[in-house]
Amino acid sequence: MSATSVLYDTPGVRAKRRNIIYTIVFLVVLALAAWWVLAVMAEKQQLASEKWSPFVTDAKVWTTYLLPGLGETLRAAALAIVIALPLGALLGIGRLSDHAWIRVPVGAVVEFFRAIPVLLMMVFAAQLYTQYTDVSSDLRPLYAVVTGLVLYNASVMAEIVRAGILSLPRGQTDAAKAIGMRKGQTMSYVLLPQAVTAMLPALVSQLVVIVKDTALGGAILGFSELLSQGRTITANYGANTIATFAVIALIYIALNFLLTTLAGWLEQRLRQGKKSTGAVLTADDVQQASAPGRTPDGGGA
Amino acid sequence: MFDFLDSGQYDLLGAFWVTVQLTLYSAVGSLIWGTLLAGMRVSPVPLMRAFGTAYVNLVRNTPLTLVLVACSLGLGLTLGITLGGQDFKAMGFRLAVLGLVAYTGTFVCESLRSGINTVPVGQAEAARALGLSFFQVLTLIVLPQAFRSVVAPLANVLIALTKNTTVASAISVAEASALMKTMLENETSALFAVFAVFAFGFIVLTLPTGLILGWVSKRVAVKR
Amino acid sequence: MKLHKASAAAAAALVLSLTATACGGDSSDDAGGDSGGGKITIGIKFDQPGLGLKKPDGTYAGFDVDVATYVAKELGYDAKDIVWKESPSAERENLISNGDVKFVVASYSINDERKQKVDFAGPYFLAHQDLLVRSDDSAITKAEDLNSKKLCSVTGSTSAQNVKEELAPKADLQEFGGYSECLTGLENKAVDALTTDDSILAGYASQQEHQGKFKLAGLKLSDENYGIGLKKGDTDLQTKINAALKKMESDGSWQKAVTANFGPSGYKNEPAPAITEGS
Repeated sequence: MSATSVLYDTPGVRAKRRNIIYTIVFLVVLALAAWWVLAVMAEKQQLASEKWSPFVTDAKVWTTYLLPGLGETLRAAALAIVIALPLGALLGIGRLSDHAWIRVPVGAVVEFFRAIPVLLMMVFAAQLYTQYTDVSSDLRPLYAVVTGLVLYNASVMAEIVRAGILSLPRGQTDAAKAIGMRKGQTMSYVLLPQAVTAMLPALVSQLVVIVKDTALGGAILGFSELLSQGRTITANYGANTIATFAVIALIYIALNFLLTTLAGWLEQRLRQGKKSTGAVLTADDVQQASAPGRTPDGGGA
Repeated sequence: MFDFLDSGQYDLLGAFWVTVQLTLYSAVGSLIWGTLLAGMRVSPVPLMRAFGTAYVNLVRNTPLTLVLVACSLGLGLTLGITLGGQDFKAMGFRLAVLGLVAYTGTFVCESLRSGINTVPVGQAEAARALGLSFFQVLTLIVLPQAFRSVVAPLANVLIALTKNTTVASAISVAEASALMKTMLENETSALFAVFAVFAFGFIVLTLPTGLILGWVSKRVAVKR
Repeated sequence: MKLHKASAAAAAALVLSLTATACGGDSSDDAGGDSGGGKITIGIKFDQPGLGLKKPDGTYAGFDVDVATYVAKELGYDAKDIVWKESPSAERENLISNGDVKFVVASYSINDERKQKVDFAGPYFLAHQDLLVRSDDSAITKAEDLNSKKLCSVTGSTSAQNVKEELAPKADLQEFGGYSECLTGLENKAVDALTTDDSILAGYASQQEHQGKFKLAGLKLSDENYGIGLKKGDTDLQTKINAALKKMESDGSWQKAVTANFGPSGYKNEPAPAITEGS
């Protein structure tokens, strides 16, 4: 049901007046809060133009710090999803296996990595690489971040793939069996190709979680992604921390908003598409479909 | 192999206790805040709807690390909001809870909204036919049913929240992951053992939550 | 189905851009370690004004940078042959022992624990742990005064440990990832003092944006002898660097670098320390 229209009647004269009063009260509260925040910031010199102007007047802030940082963020996110996807597909198919000796251990692995905070895995991976490998220090934070992201997201992808396959109409498997396909053939020629298209929106949504999680590497491991660039920027421009973090937040929001919009657009395309089975899987569906305690997380970090 | 546990040097239980406290306070807070947000997003007042939508889209797309830094640096050190914390330690903890509530509330809101969509249209229509106001329709008819159908997604949000408390270490809250980082740096010979201990700790926290709430969700689900 | 093509194309584009960026990132690795190709890799800090700072135009400035450039010149490398590499405090030993850098000039205090893992040349500078306070604040005159004050430092720094364990255990200590956050707190009167080495503090205080806002308390809470870290057992390099440092002091370049980098803060630096490391 479309909630907005069903929950209340079309406003009449009194309701309209009441709504206007609510609007004004809410507006006043919001304005007061905003005014107070700005007043305190102005009093503490945080709105001083020299703290904010570098982001507009000095293109070098962007070319030297922010854009390379964004590049690292995207690189880590892209590596993570490219590695996690096939791994997740294997795990997801493994969980659907008819053989208990495959299904059970794969299930345990997936559950294990989903129960542990991704930050813990990153910190562990960083220490592991420091002690047992000679990965150069340039790449070590990237490796640690990607390792943490892959371990976690592969198990999330496994759930997405599993839910994607389960979302397909039963007739697909039956028809494949009827024309004499073996289990492997059914999976690789009939189910997986359709499941992959169906789960595209959920995958893109997962990218948002991955992008946000890369920031952990910057804060805790010294990975030179977007957020960590704040440290060098503020060292150069007179500790303009508030301004810098605000700009960085806007970049993350814009990027993730793009991804979210893309996911929504894909979902719509798929729902309208006539040739497919019409099965579409969004992040929400995955949440609903898989049993509680084991679904892609609502948050990530 | 696990002798670092006996050294008395690390307050393992204390660190996990902070994690548990962060989780509990934030869970209660984000449930309330998320419900308020959901109420705003379906309300008849356009400005509230706009605010709810804007808030959810902004906060949900920001890394939690940045949300927490904003709380600590922006609210704490700039706006002077200490939330009654007497020293930096208490203040940091409270601001971390505030940040986690602000962030997790958006996920609670979105889960609830999809829950509201599962309530049959007839329910709200019947309520309106009886002359109930929007507030009454929402609180007496729709939300109680919506909550029953979203126990499972909310359980996932709670589990994600438990794991997300580790990010509070970015603003120097001494929870489990901060202790793990220190221990990994000091106990280089016990790398795997340290990780195993902390992984086990989080599994103990998250798995039962999932199982218990999964059972609850089946019990309370509205049969249609 | 159209979408198959679209998604395949998207995936291809993704992989392409990925390999492209990966290559772009790796190319700088060739310059690592030994003097292959006439380049030298030196570890410095990227985020410490006055010591080692990556500036918006991509160049590097600070006292450590000047010392490193001078030493490199004495070793036969022009300024343009230097590849700078970020050396966060926790990474310095690793960078040196893995051979990622030839030597490290990054506010690197000489102590026995570190000497287990690396060798030092120098020292080239004597710094002290100190406090940075607002310029109109004269409430803190000795370390004990900190007990009732709000203090800020960076996560895991030795200065913070020092205060917590010895100088003022009752001080209310806030730790942040970087010094800039502390400065914001200091500016907003949410913290009363920022503690670390006076050289670092002087670097911040002499920045144009901060002039007149902050001052050093001048407390000399510890002695920090900055050395140039290098691979354990490389006595040849150690001797050469020590000679370069001696020359830098005697020809006046040392003093010039100090004045240029710390001058505006009114920081009273110690005279150039005598070389103690190596033979």
